Amino acid sequence: MQIENEVAVSDFRMETRSWLEANCPKSMCKSIKDPFDLYWGGRNAKFNSEDQKIWYERMLEKCWIVPYWEIQYGGGGLTPEENNILTQEMTRLGCRKPLYSFGIAMLGPALLKFATEEQKLHYLPEIVEGKIWWCQGYSEPNAGSDLASLQTKAIDKGDYYEVTGSKVWTSYADKSDWIFCLVRTNFEATKHNGISFMLIDMTSEGVSTRPIKLISGKSPFCETFFDTVKVPKANLIGSLNEGWTIAKYLLTHERQMIGGIGETDTRKNVHEVALENLAIQNGKIADSILRTEITHFETDEEIFDLTIQRITDEAKTGNNSGALSSFFKLYGTELNVTRQELLIAVNGSDGLIWEENEKSDGDLARKFCRSKGNTIEGGTSEVQLNIISKLILGLPTK
Amino acid sequence: MALIITEEQKMLKDSANEFLNTKAPVSQMRALRDAKYSSFDKELWKEMVAMGWTALTIPESYNGLDFGYVGLGQIIEETGKTLSKSPLLSSILLGSSVLRLADNEDLKKTFFPGIMEGTIQFALALQEGKHHQADNFKTTVKRSGEGFVINGHKNFIIDGATANHFIVVANSDRGLGFFLVAANTPGITISKDILLDAGTYGDVHFKEVYIPKNYQLNIKIKGEELLNSLLSIAYSGLSAEMLGIIQQAFDMTIKYLKERQQFGVVIGTYQALQHRAAKLFGEIELCKSIVLKSLQALDENSEERFKYAHLAKAKLGKTVKLVTNEAIQMHGGIGVTDDADIGFYIKRARVVQQLFGDYNYHLDCLATMKGY
Repeated sequence: MQIENEVAVSDFRMETRSWLEANCPKSMCKSIKDPFDLYWGGRNAKFNSEDQKIWYERMLEKCWIVPYWEIQYGGGGLTPEENNILTQEMTRLGCRKPLYSFGIAMLGPALLKFATEEQKLHYLPEIVEGKIWWCQGYSEPNAGSDLASLQTKAIDKGDYYEVTGSKVWTSYADKSDWIFCLVRTNFEATKHNGISFMLIDMTSEGVSTRPIKLISGKSPFCETFFDTVKVPKANLIGSLNEGWTIAKYLLTHERQMIGGIGETDTRKNVHEVALENLAIQNGKIADSILRTEITHFETDEEIFDLTIQRITDEAKTGNNSGALSSFFKLYGTELNVTRQELLIAVNGSDGLIWEENEKSDGDLARKFCRSKGNTIEGGTSEVQLNIISKLILGLPTK
Repeated sequence: MALIITEEQKMLKDSANEFLNTKAPVSQMRALRDAKYSSFDKELWKEMVAMGWTALTIPESYNGLDFGYVGLGQIIEETGKTLSKSPLLSSILLGSSVLRLADNEDLKKTFFPGIMEGTIQFALALQEGKHHQADNFKTTVKRSGEGFVINGHKNFIIDGATANHFIVVANSDRGLGFFLVAANTPGITISKDILLDAGTYGDVHFKEVYIPKNYQLNIKIKGEELLNSLLSIAYSGLSAEMLGIIQQAFDMTIKYLKERQQFGVVIGTYQALQHRAAKLFGEIELCKSIVLKSLQALDENSEERFKYAHLAKAKLGKTVKLVTNEAIQMHGGIGVTDDADIGFYIKRARVVQQLFGDYNYHLDCLATMKGY
């Protein structure tokens, strides 16, 4: 039985490999420099190139846009094991994701768990086909780490909800078609018990956005304003006032995304960059202190990757804790902060170049600045430490 | 290969946990220390033999269990939790591994049975001086008549004062050699070093020590090759022990944070302590992954085992230091009393961290290996 299974697995790997090799255009196997090198879909979707279109269409036809969702929702119905093989083979070839969207990484999992069958059949295939560009409306100017104190309100007006308030850090809100949103539907209840999860069309009357510029320069972040926006009642996901449960579940997926899980991009090793940029003595980086720092970092980076693998393998046997996503988010982002610091150190004055010239494209300095947001967005490192100490270690609250 | 232990390995781990908690808890280690640093309990060793632990990594062709290093690693990890003392590291992890890696059939046939029965105890005489290194050995071996003569000085030998045989690593005009020497051979002077973990380590002088020709362990195999394979086993195995120490010290500390009251509240409610504990949790998750990966690489005999062994010894060495330091600090005053067990963990941690190279040594090896 086990042997038969192993044969089937190895067949699947070989078939997958040859299909990817035959169908993924060469230009789609190059690592991306910018998120917008990927296809994002949406109502105003545009392909960057013919190859991008071909790659997307072939993967769509193969049902591998979201290979692990069930077939009736547009997925490929792959088992976790098959999906793992597909991811490995895509990584091996360096295949880009055919479609990048918050619908796949964040909203989809929440819908699968909390939406009605009718809602699933409506929204999930749209996500797979990339018809709708989704954004996330969680944080507010006065609800950051204390997300549950959010104040954007949805008033029951009989046959619709009337939404008023503002959201902040809504990534790509200015380009999005729809937003999944946390709103307050009960002002009497304790703060966690008066929140609902709602889907809102961004073209509704009363919705407006304004971009936010970050220390790294331009950014995808926006402020989003709702001024007495009418939202159909059918757009409520899950039960009224039980949105916090959905919010938390969705956050575990967001954290995994920020923590870097499932990324197929290839990273250059810091020590390779160091060898190109630093003085070398007897085959060693002459700055022995920086050499040590790089080795500490690369040790943790390599072992963190193994840890993702181990916990993924453990999850397959049924051992899983949702709170572990807090650990992934925490450790993954802290590592990235260290990586950017080291890259600046290793590149010296060239690492500080802001405006593109013949020496640098200015990416390093901007990525360095951007990484400072990694340990804040999606719940600060401190919030993750709170979650780990309470939910995993069981340390008491006062 | 999935990065998890199999059902069989899990069963072995669970049975080791139960056995050690019943037969060899920390209180037994404390009793051995109080009995003038007794090295280990002979009855306990017999029971470990009966459990099959001494046969785990010995090939089936020599009547061993051939269960692999992931299996042995699980047991060593459990001994790290209880700080149980036995010749498991010296005679099994190191000694029997040399014999397995070597190509002297006569010695294998002669000594594997005694190793498995626990009556033969090997001690690896490798280190010279205050720090671990994997080359430049000054101990020499020269041909003399029908055998060899060994001259040199070895120290930090695990169980070096109690074992009945030494495996001596020495340089000859034909490269590095591994030699089996009975501890009572004339010319050997053994002195004991009692270290802070209450363990007995050998400091041994070899002066014109004569051994017969057929007591060289590596015949065709190059000594350097054998040493590299052995070291990856040593690094990974000791990392497994450190993982046990880390987990136990951490569990004891979390338990204490939930019990100890100050200012009218349990101290575990303080965020200053919660965040430190949560950071340790993350580091421990990394430790679990690299220890298992390095043990699996040993069983697969892959080329990557050298890298993973260094990664494990570096990461575990750094983390065992961090966790035991934090454990003492979070225990407060009670943590620095001899009555509390937590002190034994920081003491053992410091010894294992140095055995076969501290984390600086291994980080340097990794950087060199990657070419920078």
